[in-house]
Amino acid sequence: MSAASPFPQRGLEWFRALTGQEGFAAAGPRTVRVADAPLGGETARYIAVVPDAMNRFPRARQGEVGVDEAWALARQVRATMAADAGLRARPIVAIVDVTSQAYGRREELLGIHLAGAAAVDAYASARLSGHPVIALLVGKAVSGAFLCHGYQANRILALDSPEVLVHAMSKQAAARVTRRTVAEVEQLGERIVPMAYDVHSFASLGLVHKLIGGINADAPTASDLERVRVELCAAIADTRNGSRDLARRLTSGAARAVRGASIEVRRRLAEQWQGP
Amino acid sequence: MSTAAAARERFLKRRSFIELSARARARALLDADTFRELLGPFERLKSPWLPLQGVVTQADDGVVIARGLIAGKPAVIAAIEGRYQGGSIGEVSGSKIAGALELALRDCERGAPVRPVLLLETGGVRLQEANLGLAAITEIHAAIIALRRHVPVVAVVGGIVGCFGGMSLAAALCSTLIVSRHARLGMNGPEVIEQEAGVAELDAGDRALIWSLMGGEQRYATGFADALVEDDIDAISAEVRQAFVQPPAAARTEQVERFVERLARIDMQQPPTPQLLRGLWSRADLP
Repeated sequence: MSAASPFPQRGLEWFRALTGQEGFAAAGPRTVRVADAPLGGETARYIAVVPDAMNRFPRARQGEVGVDEAWALARQVRATMAADAGLRARPIVAIVDVTSQAYGRREELLGIHLAGAAAVDAYASARLSGHPVIALLVGKAVSGAFLCHGYQANRILALDSPEVLVHAMSKQAAARVTRRTVAEVEQLGERIVPMAYDVHSFASLGLVHKLIGGINADAPTASDLERVRVELCAAIADTRNGSRDLARRLTSGAARAVRGASIEVRRRLAEQWQGP
Repeated sequence: MSTAAAARERFLKRRSFIELSARARARALLDADTFRELLGPFERLKSPWLPLQGVVTQADDGVVIARGLIAGKPAVIAAIEGRYQGGSIGEVSGSKIAGALELALRDCERGAPVRPVLLLETGGVRLQEANLGLAAITEIHAAIIALRRHVPVVAVVGGIVGCFGGMSLAAALCSTLIVSRHARLGMNGPEVIEQEAGVAELDAGDRALIWSLMGGEQRYATGFADALVEDDIDAISAEVRQAFVQPPAAARTEQVERFVERLARIDMQQPPTPQLLRGLWSRADLP
């Protein structure tokens, strides 16, 4: 079916490659895939959001995170937490290839903002209760969809590939909203690093734990998969040795260089917090 | 005086939340004479990214952080100024909110609770700071979720701009959400939906339609908000104080099965109108 699909399926290809499964859940939409697979001597739970041309929400058929998808993410992550209660918390790997959130009037009426918040809450709660949560960016990681699926991870890994794009809004929409052409938006990204779309620029903000280069991102070979598994294991080990919050994102050399204002705001707030 | 006349009298004497600046809103919600601003405008912590694009900066980057007391207890208010850049979240404005919540969390973990209140009036990420705005919003989400385990986190949406984008998720993550009738709360602003999906999907100029979908009254009636108020700072103040005395038993975002069940009742072959949804998802269904 993937060959016939008009939509990008990279997330699904990586999900299949890493788990050897299709990952349909017993209940819930066909767009949220979940499977357990061995990883470094333990079992990891992999989760992906994929396109479905038959989705009951027409605005969420091309890999968007819609109302059903976001609630399903919340449900699957919380089910993982419940299954491991009192046991060693298994790693959760979010395979990220999400076009955007779903834009539609039904989505708004039915509260896509709450659905998204529930997904964010579930991932953050899993992280806080000791599950190593790793995001693996294999395609698009755009805006609200990335917030819902991946951005709360302890560590973000990304394939070094031109199709891995991270942004707050699609180029076309950003161009319309800021009254620029798409070419102007692209040029601006070359000058102003947080406005860029490519994964190198994103990594330069200090938000990526590791960029994984030299991988065939469209059709991973066995050795590609092995390398990615090694990096996943390293990120999991690093997570278990670190804190459960997101503080790491502000301490890397890259963050100190580019996110100086984020750090300075916190430093001065702490100074003034207790008052005279 | 009749009840109707009394109500009219109250309405005429009310102090409008909308008409106040972010700073004045924060001052009005704190106990009298306890307002103390952190990183005020004289600190001149402005966006480092806007001048590179020829956009005028503001000395507080559009967010006011204020400490003080609420009902005699230590508090912190983060108030977004909707009149600057549509309340958009950039690196500095977002980090001010995230940083304040992180410090409140640190105090709570030390056994010294701080009451956090967010006054949200924002279109979401500031597109000129794109990925750093989104990163800051992620940090705001993380802080709300961690803090909510210790103390109720209260959000108010009552400004003209509404509350959209990643910050609508922040509003939904709070323990208690207070909305006014003037509020709009949604993940995607009407203009963005019209641009992305076309005017047939949503006519952003149709005000009645917009408020019927995402207005404060609709959000309250269908269980997405905890309190509905008039545009009245004193009414909001009373609800904020009540939220710390009687917080909801569980956050909406933790009640996944309940909301999934609600959603399963929706037939997408015949999607409900906003009015029908009030019957399908009445407040009586909620705990």
